[in-house]
Amino acid sequence: MFKENIKMSWMNLIHNKMRSFLTMLGIVIGVASIIALITIVKGAMNGMTSEFSSFGADKITVQATGTPLKQGLIASDIQRLSEIDNVAGVSPTLTGKTTVVYNGSEKTDVFIQGKNNVYFSKTDDLIETGRGLNILDIENKNKVCLIGSNIANDLFWGEDPIGKKLLIAGVTYTVIGTLQESGSFSDASNNDAVIIPYTTSMSLLGTGYISSVDVYMSDANKSEKITSDIESVLNQAFNYKDGSFTVINMQDMLASMNKITTMLSLMLGGIASISLVVGGIGIMNMMLVSVTERTTEIGLRKALGAEPKRIQQQFLLEAVFLSLFGGTIGFLFGTLIAFAVCWLIGAAFALSVSTVILALGFSAAIGIIFGIAPARKASRLNPIDALRSV
Amino acid sequence: MTEQILNMNQITKTYYMGEEEQVVLNQINLTVHKGDFVAILGPSGSGKSTLMNMIGCLDSPTSGTYILSEQKVDELDESELAAIRNKEVGFVFQQFQLLPRLSAIQNVELPLVYAKLPEKVRKQKAQDMLIRVGLGGKLHNRPNQLSGGQQQRVAIARAMVTEPTILLADEPTGALDQKTGQQIMDLFHELHEEGKTIIMITHDVEIAKNASRIFRILDGKLQEEYVYV
Repeated sequence: MFKENIKMSWMNLIHNKMRSFLTMLGIVIGVASIIALITIVKGAMNGMTSEFSSFGADKITVQATGTPLKQGLIASDIQRLSEIDNVAGVSPTLTGKTTVVYNGSEKTDVFIQGKNNVYFSKTDDLIETGRGLNILDIENKNKVCLIGSNIANDLFWGEDPIGKKLLIAGVTYTVIGTLQESGSFSDASNNDAVIIPYTTSMSLLGTGYISSVDVYMSDANKSEKITSDIESVLNQAFNYKDGSFTVINMQDMLASMNKITTMLSLMLGGIASISLVVGGIGIMNMMLVSVTERTTEIGLRKALGAEPKRIQQQFLLEAVFLSLFGGTIGFLFGTLIAFAVCWLIGAAFALSVSTVILALGFSAAIGIIFGIAPARKASRLNPIDALRSV
Repeated sequence: MTEQILNMNQITKTYYMGEEEQVVLNQINLTVHKGDFVAILGPSGSGKSTLMNMIGCLDSPTSGTYILSEQKVDELDESELAAIRNKEVGFVFQQFQLLPRLSAIQNVELPLVYAKLPEKVRKQKAQDMLIRVGLGGKLHNRPNQLSGGQQQRVAIARAMVTEPTILLADEPTGALDQKTGQQIMDLFHELHEEGKTIIMITHDVEIAKNASRIFRILDGKLQEEYVYV
C-alpha cells in the first residue's frame, strides 16, 4: 500500500514537471544557502583559528608599556613570571632596528629581535639550518645570531651563512642558524629579522626594558589561573598602575572566536532558513492548488474504497518528495558553491555531517509541516461533493 | 425467494438550507435481492442522486436503517465505509471518471490496490475483466485513446473487478450516443444473466425498461412501479 502510494505520488509530480520544479526551487535555494553559508563560514573561521593557533594556543602574551619610571619588564620580572605554577617557559622579546653589514654589503633598518632559548624550544618549524639559541647563549650574552631567509638571500647570496661573521650595529656576531622561510601571516616578519639572545640585545639596543613576553603554559586548561597569576606579578612590577600592561590569552581568544563562528553560523543559517520556510509555504500553496484541481480524482478514489488516511498519506508523500528532492538538489548546489568559494578564498573546505543532516532533516520536516494541511484537506473531502464538481 | 442483499427501511435525508428544512429522501423503503436488475427512474431534482449516494455508501441518512450485505451501513465510520464501498459496491458514473494518466488496466486495478491485493493478482484480475468487457486489445491505452463506449466499458470493468455485491450505475448511457448506449445496456444484460445484481439510476424511461424492476422516485418518495416477470 505504501509502495503504491509512493508510485502514485511520484507519477503526479512527474506529470507536472515544470510546476514541481518551480515549487521545489524555494527548498533548493533554502537548503543550498544554508549548506553554502555554514560551510563557508566554518571554512573561513577554521582557517583563522588555525592561524591563531599557530601563534600558540598554549601561550599567553604579555605586552608591557610600563610606567614613565619603568618602561617595561626587567630580568627579575621575567624570572618571577617563569616561577608561576604551570608555566613551562617564558620567552621575552625585545625589538629594534639597526644596520647589519656582511663582507662590505650593508642592509639598513633590519628588524632585530631579542629572544631566548624557550622561544626556540617552543616554536616548531623555525630553524632552516644550524641551531637555535640555547641557555648558554642567553646567560653568557653570546654574540650569536640567526637570520631570516630574506637577510640570508640578500647578504649571503650563494654562500652558507653558518659560521660567518655579521656586523650588527658595529658589533661582530656569529651566524649560528637560518630561519625557515615563512608564508603565513603570523611570523612573516621572521623573514626579514635577525634574532639574537635577548640578554645581548638589551645592551645592543640600549634598553634595559622588555616590552613583550610570551608565557608558555604546561597545562592550557589552567589558563585562567595562570593569567590571573601573571596579572598579579605584573601589577606588582608596575605598582598597580592602570594600563601599564595587557595580557592576551590565546585560549580566550580562540574561545571567543569559536563563539563568533557559532553565532555567525547560527545567524546566517537562520537567515537562510527563512527562505526554507518560504519554500515550504510554496509547497503548501501548490499542494492546496493540486487538491482543488484533483477534487474529482480524490472523490473517485474514495468511491473506489480509498480510506481517508490513505488519501492523506498520498498527498503528504507528494509534499515530502518535493521538499526532500529539493533538499537533495539544494545540498548538491550548496556543496558546490561552498567548495568553489572556499577554493577561491583559500579556506579549507570541510562539509560537516551535522550540517547535512540539519539541512536534509529540516527540508523533510518542512515537507511534512506544510504538507499536512493540504493532505488533511484532501482526506476530508466529501466524495459526493468531489464527484459532483465535474 | 432469493437472498436479500440490500434493505433500506424508512431512510430519510434532510438538508438544512439556513432555517429551511429540505427533505430530499422521504421514508424510503427499498429491498433488492441477489440477481435483481433494478432501475430507479426520476427527473433531476427528485432525489435520485442522493439515493444513489446513499446506496453507494457515500452519504449517510438522517434517519432510517440501511443494511447492505448484512452490514448496518448507517452505523459505520469513515474507514469502514471506505472498506464497504471497496468490497460491496461497484460504481459506474455518467462521466466514466477514469483517471486520465493511468492506462485502462491501471484504472481497473485501482480498487484492487485499495483492497490491498498483491500486484500480480491485481494485474491478472484487471486483465481478465477487461477481456470480459471486450477490451482485451486495449489494456495499455490511456482513456483519451479510447472512445466513449470503450471508456465506459473500462469503468464497468473497474466496477466489476472487485466482484461487488451490487453494480451501481448512475446514468451509465448519459454521455453516450444511442447505439453505444445500447451496447452498454447489452453488456449490463449479460452481467445480469451471469447473476450480477445491478442498480441503475436514470431519467430515461427507455433505458429504465432494460431493468427487471423499475422504481420511480419523485420528490423524495420511492414507489415500485413495474416488475418484469
